[in-house]
Amino acid sequence: MKTDLQYTVFDEENEYSLRELCSMCRVHAQFIQDLIDEGILSPLGAGPREWRFAAIEIKRIQISIRLQDDLRINLPGTALALDLLEEIEELRRSKRQLERLHALEKY
Amino acid sequence: MEFKDYYTTLGIERDATQDEVKRAYRKLARKFHPDINKEADAESRFKEVGEAYEVLQDAEKRAAYDKFGQNWQAGQDFDPPPDWDNGFEFSGGGYTENDSSQFSDFFESLFGAQGAGGGAGPFTGQQRQYSGKGQDLHAKISINLEDSYRGTKQSLTLQRPAVNESGHVITRPHTLEVNIPKGVTEGQRIRLTGQGAEGMGNGPSGDLFLEIVFKHHAHFTPDKRDILLTLPISPWEAALGATIPVPTLGGKVELTIPAGSQTGKKLRLKGRGLSTAKQVGNQYVTLAIMVPKAETETETELFRNMEKQMSFNPRSNLGV
Repeated sequence: MKTDLQYTVFDEENEYSLRELCSMCRVHAQFIQDLIDEGILSPLGAGPREWRFAAIEIKRIQISIRLQDDLRINLPGTALALDLLEEIEELRRSKRQLERLHALEKY
Repeated sequence: MEFKDYYTTLGIERDATQDEVKRAYRKLARKFHPDINKEADAESRFKEVGEAYEVLQDAEKRAAYDKFGQNWQAGQDFDPPPDWDNGFEFSGGGYTENDSSQFSDFFESLFGAQGAGGGAGPFTGQQRQYSGKGQDLHAKISINLEDSYRGTKQSLTLQRPAVNESGHVITRPHTLEVNIPKGVTEGQRIRLTGQGAEGMGNGPSGDLFLEIVFKHHAHFTPDKRDILLTLPISPWEAALGATIPVPTLGGKVELTIPAGSQTGKKLRLKGRGLSTAKQVGNQYVTLAIMVPKAETETETELFRNMEKQMSFNPRSNLGV
């Protein structure tokens, strides 16, 4: 068993360049460009050389790749699925909160 | 080894047409895709469905499977008869995008580790370009909210594909002690450098991406970095104000409730959420006023007195 593994947490604090992002997710720059054009990713900065991607966006890239590979969903469909998944997550949270409130009735 | 009934897995009849096989697969793949379905068994169901489709979508494999499949029941102990595949030529061999190491022993005993053809793409099959670097692996890790609040270490065992001496892809169990840093949030990724599949030749190993999933908590609901709690209070605490104990992930704290609070009022406990060194998460407490039951004569009298002496209409905004 190994301990003290080298790890990176992809949270709000880390930012990556286009080059770093491509090597990390193993995709071509064109794929990233397509995701930006579809509104799936929104980097900061004027052009490809200045782009900075929030680490949290890696999740969206990974899900996009899998939805396209596994379910053959095209780019607009992927964007829609990602938006709907986020909305479902919000709704699930509200629902859980409401259920906790309703559970108080049994006091 | 257990016999797997691929027709049952896809929910179709044995005489289903190739179109029906395809439709059933696509429907179930969407349903159980681990990025879409949040149930704990989604990933294994997705893989089962992918494996079933891998066999049934291919006319040759399907015919071979059908040849002995009729008399078997799912779950029955099974060994393939010798030379069972005589007369069948599997054209799906060689390098494909599919990672057949994800399929079951049952599949491997019939079609071999190289038997995967086109079609079903397993969850981890993210090998887009051929390179010497090993494949990246993806896994979910379930932790408690308290683990994120404090940071923790967790041991995790993964099936990691590797290439053996004879050049075949096999899976080996691999146990890691993973550091979960303080303040991770639901869905967040952690990359463990070099902990993916071994590289080809002298290529470096791939990386392991862990996705954080929170176990259900009896009281708290996470909302990104914030923690939500519904807090029951008494009518007098609400009316007169009070300082009362509140549970947080870090233990009990005192919270001051202002006089005249109503159900639904939201109070903030700063920094009591999933914080990191730089990011702050808070706990939000939503008040819910609980009404005591009037069980004794004294208690009933108290409510009667309130009724007489307080002019209170909770329905004034309804116009009645």
